[in-house]
Amino acid sequence: MPEDDLDLSTLDDDELVQQMHEDLYDGLAEEVTEGVQLLLGRGWEPYKVLTEALVEGMRIVGIDFRDGILFVPEVLLAANAMKSGMVILRPLLAETGAPKQGSMVIGTVKGDIHDIGKNLVGMMLEGAGFDVFDIGINNDADSYLSALEEHRPDFLGMSALLTTTMPYMKVVIDTLKERGLRDDYMVLVGGAPLNEAFAQSVGADAYCRDAAVAVETAKAMVAERRQAHHAA
Amino acid sequence: MAERTLVIACGALARELLAVIRRHGWQSIDVECLPASWHNTPSRIPEGVREKLRAARGRFARVFVAYGDCGTGGLLDAVLEEEGAERLPGAHCYEFFAGSEAFAALHDDEPGTFYLTDYLARHFETLVLKGLGIDRHPELEAIYFGNYRRLLYLSQAGDDALEAKARAAARRLGLAFEMRRTGYGALEPFLARAAAASPSLAARAVP
Repeated sequence: MPEDDLDLSTLDDDELVQQMHEDLYDGLAEEVTEGVQLLLGRGWEPYKVLTEALVEGMRIVGIDFRDGILFVPEVLLAANAMKSGMVILRPLLAETGAPKQGSMVIGTVKGDIHDIGKNLVGMMLEGAGFDVFDIGINNDADSYLSALEEHRPDFLGMSALLTTTMPYMKVVIDTLKERGLRDDYMVLVGGAPLNEAFAQSVGADAYCRDAAVAVETAKAMVAERRQAHHAA
Repeated sequence: MAERTLVIACGALARELLAVIRRHGWQSIDVECLPASWHNTPSRIPEGVREKLRAARGRFARVFVAYGDCGTGGLLDAVLEEEGAERLPGAHCYEFFAGSEAFAALHDDEPGTFYLTDYLARHFETLVLKGLGIDRHPELEAIYFGNYRRLLYLSQAGDDALEAKARAAARRLGLAFEMRRTGYGALEPFLARAAAASPSLAARAVP
């Protein structure tokens, strides 16, 4: 190890978590992986590592992205670092039965192959305790509907980067309505050219301007639904 | 002078607009540009255009806006409606250079198409490789371009040097190269309308 490199194993837990937030911010995948392994080795539950080290680190990245301090390349590097930690944690989380918030089928719409936003939302939702069924890119209405039928999620998430492809979200939602399925799912939409007005016009339940908002929105909607269910 | 017509344009269209204006001798048209780098941050376009439109009030007889929707999701159109100006037809420069029907067919043929215009071919290094951070972090290339299959160069001026740059860009990204010679597409009729907005000056300018 070069002399000026920090030996993560010499840090106490709080310092290590703090350092992992900084390493996530700087997009240092190897360091984040090492931090995850160290915390697990010290007896941390995978869910605690996920929420306190990774999700909290990405939350800070999300705030600075929203405030214009970080830009897309930096966010992608941070996401890449988080992904490397998730590779270790995912199987452990499945074994240890981490608390579940809900589930989502997510994919980009027909004609759109831009999946950066969709992947980021999927990863952040997974980190927040959602089961995410990612059906990839370029999905027509039938593809969404068969995934919904197979997985029976709480949410349908649709993403588009292009002005020319985003109207297809309405085709999917109209198809759900035609088949009497619209009220079975909460529909979230997102993508760079979208906005609130567009989401309302296509009949979505909410527009999510970024991955952090998508997580907050999904959690709030699940909580609201549970409350309504208890009150009934 | 309030007899002239202003075209507020994306900087990525400056050369092309001036080429068409020069070709037709439409000297009644002035062009003012906003940063071409907003191509990567379209959320800045609507309010940037609004500011320019307001600054033009009283200085020009009529103002046109040389933008497509350009990833603003209808927000630019809302600004134009409020401020009373018209823009180029279509979603973006690829569409108004190629023509709407032709562009739709090209996109249907291969949704994984990365488009270059003359401007983007000329500034590929700055806008794409540096602008997206790929020069500093090569690992991002697969994240940005992993789903693309071909690079389609929409050529306006038919410049061999730009074609070579576009071919090099395709090689750099590992994409199949194709080219269509579009000319200036919808820019010509758009500027013709702008020129007609100041008929006396336009007529005087025609050689």
